[in-house]
Amino acid sequence: MSCVDVRRIDVSEVTDAVHKLCMKVTCKLPPENIVALQRAMEEEKSPQGRQALARILENHRLAGELMQPACQDTGIAVVFVELGQDVHMCGGDLQQAIDEGVRRGYTDAYLRKSVVDDPLFERINTKDNTPAIVHLQMVPGRSVAITVVAKGGGAENMSGLAMLTPASGAEGVRKFVVEQVRKAGPNACPPVIVGVGVGGNFETVAFLAKKALLRPLGEANPNPKYASLEKDLLGEINRLGIGPQGFGGTVTALAVHVEAHPCHIASLPVAVNLNCHVAPHCTAVL
Amino acid sequence: MAIKIDTPLSDRVVSSLKAGDEVSMSGVIYIARDAAHKRLVSLIESGKDLPFDPRGQIIYYAGPTPPKPGQVIGSVGPTTSGRMDPYTIPLLEQGLRGMIGKGYRSAAVREGLVKHRALYFAAIGGAGVLAGQCMKSAEPIAYAELGPEALWRVEVENFPAFVVYDIHGGDLYEEGTSKYRATEDLK
Repeated sequence: MSCVDVRRIDVSEVTDAVHKLCMKVTCKLPPENIVALQRAMEEEKSPQGRQALARILENHRLAGELMQPACQDTGIAVVFVELGQDVHMCGGDLQQAIDEGVRRGYTDAYLRKSVVDDPLFERINTKDNTPAIVHLQMVPGRSVAITVVAKGGGAENMSGLAMLTPASGAEGVRKFVVEQVRKAGPNACPPVIVGVGVGGNFETVAFLAKKALLRPLGEANPNPKYASLEKDLLGEINRLGIGPQGFGGTVTALAVHVEAHPCHIASLPVAVNLNCHVAPHCTAVL
Repeated sequence: MAIKIDTPLSDRVVSSLKAGDEVSMSGVIYIARDAAHKRLVSLIESGKDLPFDPRGQIIYYAGPTPPKPGQVIGSVGPTTSGRMDPYTIPLLEQGLRGMIGKGYRSAAVREGLVKHRALYFAAIGGAGVLAGQCMKSAEPIAYAELGPEALWRVEVENFPAFVVYDIHGGDLYEEGTSKYRATEDLK
């Protein structure tokens, strides 16, 4: 490909895409999540746990049918943009274009506006759910993939990060992850999806944990060692007994996804980002 | 089978319910979360009247989505209750008899429930559509400027919830979890 062969995309296309994604993200849940909840229903041993799962499944079915948010916490919009390096974004500011899409989508779809301007002092609601949190990543190619995650506060608040030492090894990671889910208990709306980041550095490991939540539910890490770690962690978490909604039971998590990254010889960062069973996210490609 | 209860809660009903009971609630309840609680407690601290009489009443920790045209209220599942712990004792002292939310409460709140004879219920987190459908009327009675954090008075019919902490020291989270826990080193 020659260097002059650049694809131009007007940022208004980004606005339209984000708008459309926001319209459906909290109502039409990923089908693999529904399948996982149905499987949980078959596996759950506690009657109260099954009762909770039955209500959750009925709720999520109605959400799709009525195009109404499954959960009232329609989140802060976290927008992942994978920008092909042969694309030139033109016609305006990308962050503003994304925010405009969020503003329109959250208004038109009757989603809750859950963002405050200043985190510490005034805490005044911005009333349109902006600004979005945008993660921009350059990738090869001529297309742009946009993923909107409507990330609720309940599960997010139960997330955590630790800077372990290399000597802690896989056992240290395992202990930290399981303890994090145990401490979250009923607060994170179990059955949860557990995103785990391992490696990188302080800020990268948190990003990896969030990215891990975007992997289609139940798809294993392609590296067999990490796939086996995911399986072991899921087993151990489900032996905690927390169960659906924390009422006690055998299904506390639907899946554990681990993402790893090279790191410094002195470090072993680990992060856990939790998602509730609603886990709303969807993607569009321009 | 769910136990039918009406609001406001009588002492007899409060005393009869046990952790793990499923209830189906009908009557008026109040919706409030973080910012509304901060304001309610600051009114109590300065000796002023609250926008509603809390005696015998239930507060539901939630922040609804805006209603679509023709709807009473939008999606309205429970939010995490622990954030309201610092505001709970003053409301119990004013006669509040119940709270609905999700997740753990502090030791101080659990003691307060026993002392003031009040219950803590869990609704199904993430089941916002179903919760909204149980609401027959809804009006914001204060703090409308807080948007989703306004104080609402809603009338519910057969609203499903589970008793988590009762006034006899029962704890559904602890009892349920220890029953199904299979990890030796965490016992």
